[in-house]
Amino acid sequence: MSSDHDTAFIDLRAITKRYAGVTALDSVDFTVQPGEAVCLAGENGSGKSTLIKIISGVEPATEGTIRIAGQERPTLNPRISAAAGVMVIFQDFSLFPNLSVAENIAFATQLSTHQRFFRTGAVRKIARAALERIGVQIDLDARVESLPVAQKQLVAICRALASKAQLIIMDEPTTALTEKEVRRLQGIIRMLKEEGVAVIFVSHKLAEVLDVSEKVVVLRNGKKVAEGPASDFDTQSLTYHMTGRDVPEMPPSDVTAGAQTLMQVQGLTKAGSFSDIDFELKTGEVLGITGLLGCGRTSVAKALFGLVSPDAGSITVDGKPVPLGDPQSASMARIGYVPEDRLTEGLFLGQSILRNVAVGRLDAHSSGGFLNMQGLTEEASEWLRRLKVKAPDVEAPVKSLSGGNQQRVALARWLSRTPRVLVLNGPSVGVDVGSKADIHGIIRDLASQGIGIIVISDDLPELLATCHRILVMRDGRIIDALDGKSVTEDDLAQRLAS
Amino acid sequence: MSTHTSMKDVTAAPEFRLLVIAVFVFGLMSVLSPDRFLSTQNLTSMAFQFPEFAILALAMTIAMMTGGIDLSVVGVANLSAVVAALILTQFSDAEMPASQSAIWLAVAVTAALCIGAIAGLINGSLIAFFGLPPILATVGSGLVFTGFAVAMTGGSAVMGFPGTVALIGNATLAGIPVPLILFVLLAVLLHLILTRTAFGLRVTMYGANPMAALYAAIDVNRVLLKVYMSAGVFSSIAGLIVMSRANSAKADYGSSYLLLAVLIAVLGGVNPYGGYGRVIGVVLAVLSMQFLSSGLNMLQVSNFARELIWGALLILVMVINTHAVTALRGSLKPSK
Repeated sequence: MSSDHDTAFIDLRAITKRYAGVTALDSVDFTVQPGEAVCLAGENGSGKSTLIKIISGVEPATEGTIRIAGQERPTLNPRISAAAGVMVIFQDFSLFPNLSVAENIAFATQLSTHQRFFRTGAVRKIARAALERIGVQIDLDARVESLPVAQKQLVAICRALASKAQLIIMDEPTTALTEKEVRRLQGIIRMLKEEGVAVIFVSHKLAEVLDVSEKVVVLRNGKKVAEGPASDFDTQSLTYHMTGRDVPEMPPSDVTAGAQTLMQVQGLTKAGSFSDIDFELKTGEVLGITGLLGCGRTSVAKALFGLVSPDAGSITVDGKPVPLGDPQSASMARIGYVPEDRLTEGLFLGQSILRNVAVGRLDAHSSGGFLNMQGLTEEASEWLRRLKVKAPDVEAPVKSLSGGNQQRVALARWLSRTPRVLVLNGPSVGVDVGSKADIHGIIRDLASQGIGIIVISDDLPELLATCHRILVMRDGRIIDALDGKSVTEDDLAQRLAS
Repeated sequence: MSTHTSMKDVTAAPEFRLLVIAVFVFGLMSVLSPDRFLSTQNLTSMAFQFPEFAILALAMTIAMMTGGIDLSVVGVANLSAVVAALILTQFSDAEMPASQSAIWLAVAVTAALCIGAIAGLINGSLIAFFGLPPILATVGSGLVFTGFAVAMTGGSAVMGFPGTVALIGNATLAGIPVPLILFVLLAVLLHLILTRTAFGLRVTMYGANPMAALYAAIDVNRVLLKVYMSAGVFSSIAGLIVMSRANSAKADYGSSYLLLAVLIAVLGGVNPYGGYGRVIGVVLAVLSMQFLSSGLNMLQVSNFARELIWGALLILVMVINTHAVTALRGSLKPSK
């Protein structure tokens, strides 16, 4: 074991990280050898992003020691970490869309060598060398925004290589890739490993990168729950370690026979985002919409709630047309929308839990210009109780709650408005395992009360646990409509990535 | 939303700090210059002086609650006053019987308030529909409003009002100066609006997170329009008080009030990033500033030095507040 530590490029010992009372990482040991590929697996909120932030110097560890390339680093910041050869490729790649491929690849090197002048020749040379190293051809002068997702990722990898990366950390590297592109990525990873470059894959679905990895580390609720050679793991055992559950969740009960059409969407089109979206939602039905990142699923969700203004098409609820592109009209038609990003879109973080719920019902409790404070407070408290929000003090800011409870607050706001249709975008993103199952239970409950629910997600087990029907999107179109009961996870995964 | 507050809650509130400051400045000035500062004459004169800029500070507060700012308040105040003054000088004169001039005063006041509302509507539209940053939109519109006032008057003061005009700014009611009564009424009104109405809560929530407000199906454009219209109307009331006290209206009165209004709002604990602010804090900040200002006056500190003190104080308070906020938020960076 000690030799492992001696040769490791990254050697973390007993790393603990606490944020204001929440333990994000609990005494985690983590090593990466040169040329080794490690899968860091875990559900959202398991602590894997925190671990990455600590390695890349974005966040300091509360306790524990960090050694990079054999040298202890009591103080680490992004610059020190990058100088030591740690490069992170984020999910959005953090590229400059308006600059050329060559500029994107070479800019970091140019900065770190303190070049005062921008030299086009040198930039092109660096970029060409990096591209040749991984054996791909991309036009050096193309603007990065014009490239498809897979090529953007390659540009990001080249940038890391140009900056003499010893370790490349890839956050959710395969979410936006098709199967063919995944295979090409695997080839590149193998080549990098031969050159001694280590790789960490961070993901909650790792089947695709398991065969190029040596080691798997699984985190759950901030603790390391499994570690071992990649050959010891398969999709099933990974899922088991990540969730801590062996049994799949209960599938949803059937839609009542003769349920009426609640919402009808026809020919919804927005140039550049999605086109010809048609579907029907019955009362009490849970409809899943899935697809790879960038397939247009979030734009469709926003369009249903008027946050995106479609160019063509129609939405009706109970046979009545809903004016497009206006959230007020959508909410008047009793459509509710719980956004993907709770922190920036869903909640008023600094405001009280109570207010976060009550803001949805201001008009109902307003008479003669003044609010009936008591009625407003009582109703909001009642919803918090019904959704079992664990809050010691409803006057406390909502940011003091855990992810799962925050999501319930966001749900409570919409439920208090008695919606007919509820659009849930990523209902369990950033929620711990226990709360996730609870939220799925709430979704099934609401459906049984006759609310039509649309779940937008790329979490396949989640879709299978909640949805009666699943629509698969690619390039802005619906390419498949599947029955939630008969489809398997593998089948679904294949249809997504094919 | 709850009303249960213990003693500890009271002393922990940022407004409590302000109470201490107000009492401290009052005490300090009383000690430094006891016979003059505490004289009835000085106290009365203060009560006539501060309402005009205090009302501008209330206008600033409304805008700041949304995370915006209204730098056109003084421009709006002067334009409103000039319009009112032109109506008064056109249709009435000093010899007119009070009953008749009161009617023209009512017309002039109504016109001034309408100007305030329209100016606010323009500001709100620039911010809501054209998406301009409030600070730039209102700097620009403030110049335009001032420009209109200059064009209407040729840059000189408009005067020669009937005696009834003095009712707004110079009279007392049961011994209390009318401007002070107006200020108290407006402060109570704003407090009720912010804490007890759906609109007020929407303003606070929009200020806390405009994106989440949009996603919560709040009509954010409507909120912004109403916010800047309220700020405009408050400004025009301040303009009318200035007009009455000066017995004239001019395009460039009270230019130092702009900085003062911003300073008071920030000193009063209104978060310039939006989402937090209490009227009681603003009132306490107004009192502190007035005590300080009167005191400096008595100590014969020059006007220029006073501006320097205001500016330094503004920066100091913002640094202290921001520091307190970041300390509370831990390592999180401000989201806006």
